[in-house]
Amino acid sequence: MNDLSLAWRNIWRHPRRSILTMMAIGFAAMLLVFMLSFQFGSYESMINASVKLATGHLQVQGKGYNTKPEMRNVVPTPKAIMDKLSKTQGVDSVTPRAQTFVLASSDTRIRGVLVTGVDPEREKEVFTIPSLIRNGDYLSDKAPNTVIVGALLAKRLNTGVGKELTLLGQSFDGSIAATVVTVRGIFKSGIDAVDRAAIQMLLTDFDDLFVMNGAVHTVVAIIDELSQTAPLKAALEKDPLLKPLAVLDWIDLTPGLKQSIQMDLVGGIIMYGILIIVVAFSILNTFLMAVFERTREFGVMMAIGTTPRRLVKVMLMESMFMTGVGILAGMVTGALLTVYFSHAGISMGGATDLMAQYGMSGRLYPRLSLLSLLVGPTIIGVVTFLTALFPALKIPHLKPVDAMKAV
Amino acid sequence: MSAVTARDVSKIYTQGDVKVTALGKVSLTVETGEFVALAGPSGSGKTTLLNLIGGLDTPDGGEVTVNGMAFSTMSSGDLAELRLTQIGFVFQSYNLIPVLTAEENVAYILRLQGVGKKERQERARAILNDVGLEDKYDRKPSQLSGGQQQRVAVARALVSNPAIILADEPTANLDSKTGDSLLQMMREMNQKHHVTFIFSTHDAMVMEAAKRIVSMKDGQIVADKTKC
Ligand SMILES: Nc1ncnc2c1ncn2[C@@H]1O[C@H](COP(=O)(O)OP(=O)(O)OP(=O)(O)O)[C@@H](O)[C@H]1O
Ligand SMILES: [Mg+2]
Repeated sequence: MNDLSLAWRNIWRHPRRSILTMMAIGFAAMLLVFMLSFQFGSYESMINASVKLATGHLQVQGKGYNTKPEMRNVVPTPKAIMDKLSKTQGVDSVTPRAQTFVLASSDTRIRGVLVTGVDPEREKEVFTIPSLIRNGDYLSDKAPNTVIVGALLAKRLNTGVGKELTLLGQSFDGSIAATVVTVRGIFKSGIDAVDRAAIQMLLTDFDDLFVMNGAVHTVVAIIDELSQTAPLKAALEKDPLLKPLAVLDWIDLTPGLKQSIQMDLVGGIIMYGILIIVVAFSILNTFLMAVFERTREFGVMMAIGTTPRRLVKVMLMESMFMTGVGILAGMVTGALLTVYFSHAGISMGGATDLMAQYGMSGRLYPRLSLLSLLVGPTIIGVVTFLTALFPALKIPHLKPVDAMKAV
Repeated sequence: MSAVTARDVSKIYTQGDVKVTALGKVSLTVETGEFVALAGPSGSGKTTLLNLIGGLDTPDGGEVTVNGMAFSTMSSGDLAELRLTQIGFVFQSYNLIPVLTAEENVAYILRLQGVGKKERQERARAILNDVGLEDKYDRKPSQLSGGQQQRVAVARALVSNPAIILADEPTANLDSKTGDSLLQMMREMNQKHHVTFIFSTHDAMVMEAAKRIVSMKDGQIVADKTKC
């Protein structure tokens, strides 16, 4: 009769209590695996949505342009930069853009807008705006002197597909730039800030209109793996060609996104903390009960020569087994649940505010990673072990004579 | 050499301001192979004395020796070792580990002593046969009657060939017939294995079985009679 089988039989003294304890641990582990996967998954979707709507993962700009976007702060030779980026391992696609603020006027209204010059073929490869056209068509090289307009802006300007807009701004050399363009399409990104103020035109038209002489304001890159953002950025920063310019990642370009994620994560951590505390108390209860109701038995066992050490060992074996089984079961079910929903997706019943802000649809996909699989269960394991240690360490303080007086 | 000597042992409990003298300077010598009953009314100090002899409790004064070894010179670890090898215990009730079978309960002591598996089984079964439980090896305590449970407890106390077996009211929870037969069995074991038995009781019938009756009252030994 070794200690392990003694521990095993002790567990099954109260099958219901033990199973409930294991289920509590398992449920907590499952919930943590799923919730963390869900959070990480939705962060990735948020980042991807935001990145693919406009910013890309990385951008090369003139130094200081991000904080103070001046017309004359340019990337003078976009061709070379684009070649460089395209050839870099891990970069998926690259596109140049130029942008400035202009006054746009329809027959009846005038608005200040941000006009971006884009290469439609390249934009179509990875960015989402080309697919968000509600009326008309996206830009095409074959249709010069046309623009696409944000839905809210179109409404405010009281314009529509086929109608004309007059754009008035300042060109690269400081002269006045003015032109008349035709609205080719209306897009709706779902992000009010974009839909209210953005129009896009062909980069070639932009170049002519603002006398850019081939210069652009930014070269945008989409990369294969989100996690490669930081290393790629670091590598590019060291490149002599890019030295005079600034390399920015999505965090620099959308600081609010990172903050939102951090806030959401903190909220989650608080909730998980509470969950773990609740589980810890349930474990504590189980093992305090076990020590309490076995006090007499411990007294007898010590009287006949069992060392307290051995009793503690058996007790810890019991708790470790229950914790282990609970956690394992929780990890398996949590992983299965996560994998299922990572294919099926979870309908959020209309996107939450946070999601909508970053242009996401109402479906979220949890994403199982080593991190989301292990973090929660590890914490539960450590906490429950420590919690079970406390009642077990009461045993050595028992004196056989006193213990045997207990009922 | 005497199996047990107790010299002027005393135990005083303090409850608040009140001092209860559970045992006042008691001296007792038990020779190897004796079968001694500790008699006396409730509260007379029987359990206290047995606990001191068994090394489960330390006296406030006086000295206990078992097989010539003085407790006062021993560390608590030595004392635990001594309990494991030299002293067998039978308590009034709940003696057994509920999750272990009769055989496992008996073998558990041998396991604590580091005896090998095969020998454990042989010795546990032999002793269970001795106490008349040859067909109950695989029963859990909850599947045994009170008398049978006490027999397992005696078997467990016997199995390690201790110098003495201390039994605190082993028959208290049994009807008189079952109690009698348990005592009978203990007497047989006493003769067969030459083990010293000291047991307490306040049942006059049970005392009859003993050759020597030590009577206690108010923490003192008031009589010590040996039948011829
Ligand atoms: N832990 C304790 N604290 C205070 N007093 C105690 C304690 N244990 C025993 N006593 C007192 O010591 C005295 C002797 O008790 P003991 O248990 O030895 O009697 P006993 O002869 O075994 O009685 P019984 O036949 O009822 O088992 C009693 O007066 C009892 O109240
Ligand atoms: Mg008593």
